[in-house]
Amino acid sequence: MADLSALKITIGPIPYLWSGEKWRDFYYRIAESGHVDAVTLGEVVCSKRDHFTRPFLPQVVERLTASGKSVALASLALVTLDREVAQTRRLAAEAPLAEANDLSALRLLAGKPHLVGPFVNVYNGATAKLLARRGATRICLGPELPASSIASIVAGAPDIDYEIIAFGRLPLAISARCAHARAKGHTKDNCQFVCGDEPDGLDVDTLDGQPFLTVNGVQTMSRHCQVLLNDLPPLADMGVTHLRLSPQDCDMVAVAAIYADVRDGRMNPDEGTTRLKAIYPAAPFANGFLHGVAGMDWVAA
Amino acid sequence: MELICPAGTPAAYREAVEAGADAVYCGFRDETNARNFPGLNFTRDELREAVAHAHSRGVQTYVALNTFMRAGSEDTWYRATDDAVAAGADAVILADMALMDYVADRYPEQRLHVSVQASASNVDAVSLLVESFGAKRLVLPRVLTVAEIANIARQVDCELEVFAFGGLCVMAEGRCSLSSYVTGKSPNMQGVCSPASHVRYREDGPDMVSELGGFTINRFGEGEPAGYPTLCKGRFHIADDDGYAFEDPVSLDVMEHLDALRAAGVTALKIEGRQRGKAYVAQVVSSLRAALLAPKDERPQKLAHLHRLSEGQRTTSGAYDKKWR
Repeated sequence: MADLSALKITIGPIPYLWSGEKWRDFYYRIAESGHVDAVTLGEVVCSKRDHFTRPFLPQVVERLTASGKSVALASLALVTLDREVAQTRRLAAEAPLAEANDLSALRLLAGKPHLVGPFVNVYNGATAKLLARRGATRICLGPELPASSIASIVAGAPDIDYEIIAFGRLPLAISARCAHARAKGHTKDNCQFVCGDEPDGLDVDTLDGQPFLTVNGVQTMSRHCQVLLNDLPPLADMGVTHLRLSPQDCDMVAVAAIYADVRDGRMNPDEGTTRLKAIYPAAPFANGFLHGVAGMDWVAA
Repeated sequence: MELICPAGTPAAYREAVEAGADAVYCGFRDETNARNFPGLNFTRDELREAVAHAHSRGVQTYVALNTFMRAGSEDTWYRATDDAVAAGADAVILADMALMDYVADRYPEQRLHVSVQASASNVDAVSLLVESFGAKRLVLPRVLTVAEIANIARQVDCELEVFAFGGLCVMAEGRCSLSSYVTGKSPNMQGVCSPASHVRYREDGPDMVSELGGFTINRFGEGEPAGYPTLCKGRFHIADDDGYAFEDPVSLDVMEHLDALRAAGVTALKIEGRQRGKAYVAQVVSSLRAALLAPKDERPQKLAHLHRLSEGQRTTSGAYDKKWR
């Protein structure tokens, strides 16, 4: 049995467009949480949003670092424009620690220690090994991998750290087209930042009223919130080292406390799940991908 | 520009060769390629015969091995690659970096093409795959305008291939888990999207409802043709409205951008449709071949009847046109 207490808790990048002040205050609270070990932040979904948070970035990084968190800056997931290429190059050159979310960042970070984010396709140990050889020290695996794949990937490149998304709506797809702007009668190029109107994403239901997906700018996310509270011992056993909590518009400090309490045996997973539902009632919970079934399914412990 | 044509069966392969393909792409009958559909694709023997037939006609064969190797079962992909190389494939089309590494290491003389599933959409991403694995050609994802394609072509040291006709992925290829979220099966892992095994049609009063994994993807009124429930092309409720939230059931047709793509430095045009029958392949390939040879003003006439073959009978230039975003 692996030591559960060795599982570190990380906060992933905020996927949504929040105002700069809300974004800053969110991280100031995270800085005060004793349960969060590491934070990866920065705009991953849409380069047009970058200017909302950029003015606050230096002070947020400083605050998080001063409170002892390990901080990494995430690169953009879909890079097409010259300005996005330039932004990725700047990040790779200047960030003390960067998380690559596109092949472009992998090229630019080769040879120096870096993280790999969930938007880079790592489906097997051979790929993990290749990335480790190029300087990856931790890989946050993509959402659709079953436990059998995770175990095999870790075994294939056991000398680096592995992170999995243990809480939050899952990133499922990204497009050149903005469905969020389109739903409100705009195009991407003249979007008027309408994605900022939904700080927890825009619901997509079926025509028969079934809750289905979440639109977040150019990204499509799961409607369900991934919750892996029941699965911490097997994850630690297979060599996962970090649990990523992906920010939703809820009390993420309290979410981190629940994951820490369940990890450390102070709370059982059922009670943790009940409490999570009170903190984040907006979404049904799912853990299907890990169990090798449809990602939206809930497999009971 | 070269014309790269799909073949899901040996019969479609022969039609594509007859109709004027410069190269035909196909895959093995398993999860090693992204069109892993029942009744489709090639046995090892069929591939060897197809390669030989094509070579006798001066046509090339590309073998798509463009899913991601399932952890623990990598050998399935390595053996398929060995067999494609042994069969004389003129190129292998790969998405998984570890499989690219395998080919670069084991078969340095083998021509390596990067699949659209690798999702390389900018100069640094393309260059990574050229520098690391010796990729000779890269198929660009359908997220770029013609101007952006030209910009990449100017800066990279490999050939570029783009999708010109057929199905349209709305999401960046190789980065989409929508299908597995609903059905447990994905393009990257199982080589399927919105698989038929999870599709159901049911009548509801006068409506025909199409479902995927128990979710309503579309609802068709009387007289409205009921299309296949591809997840991202369904009608949903979003922002107080019912509509095609991501994309209408359209297909891709960029033939009006032919000259611009040529000027952009694109080497090859790819036709999507390995799941299509041989008659479709024959018609599309011969029409596009005729259009490529014709002067600009005669092109529309060469392409006119193609519109009838398109999914839902409506087409789009997709991301090639900036307005699509």
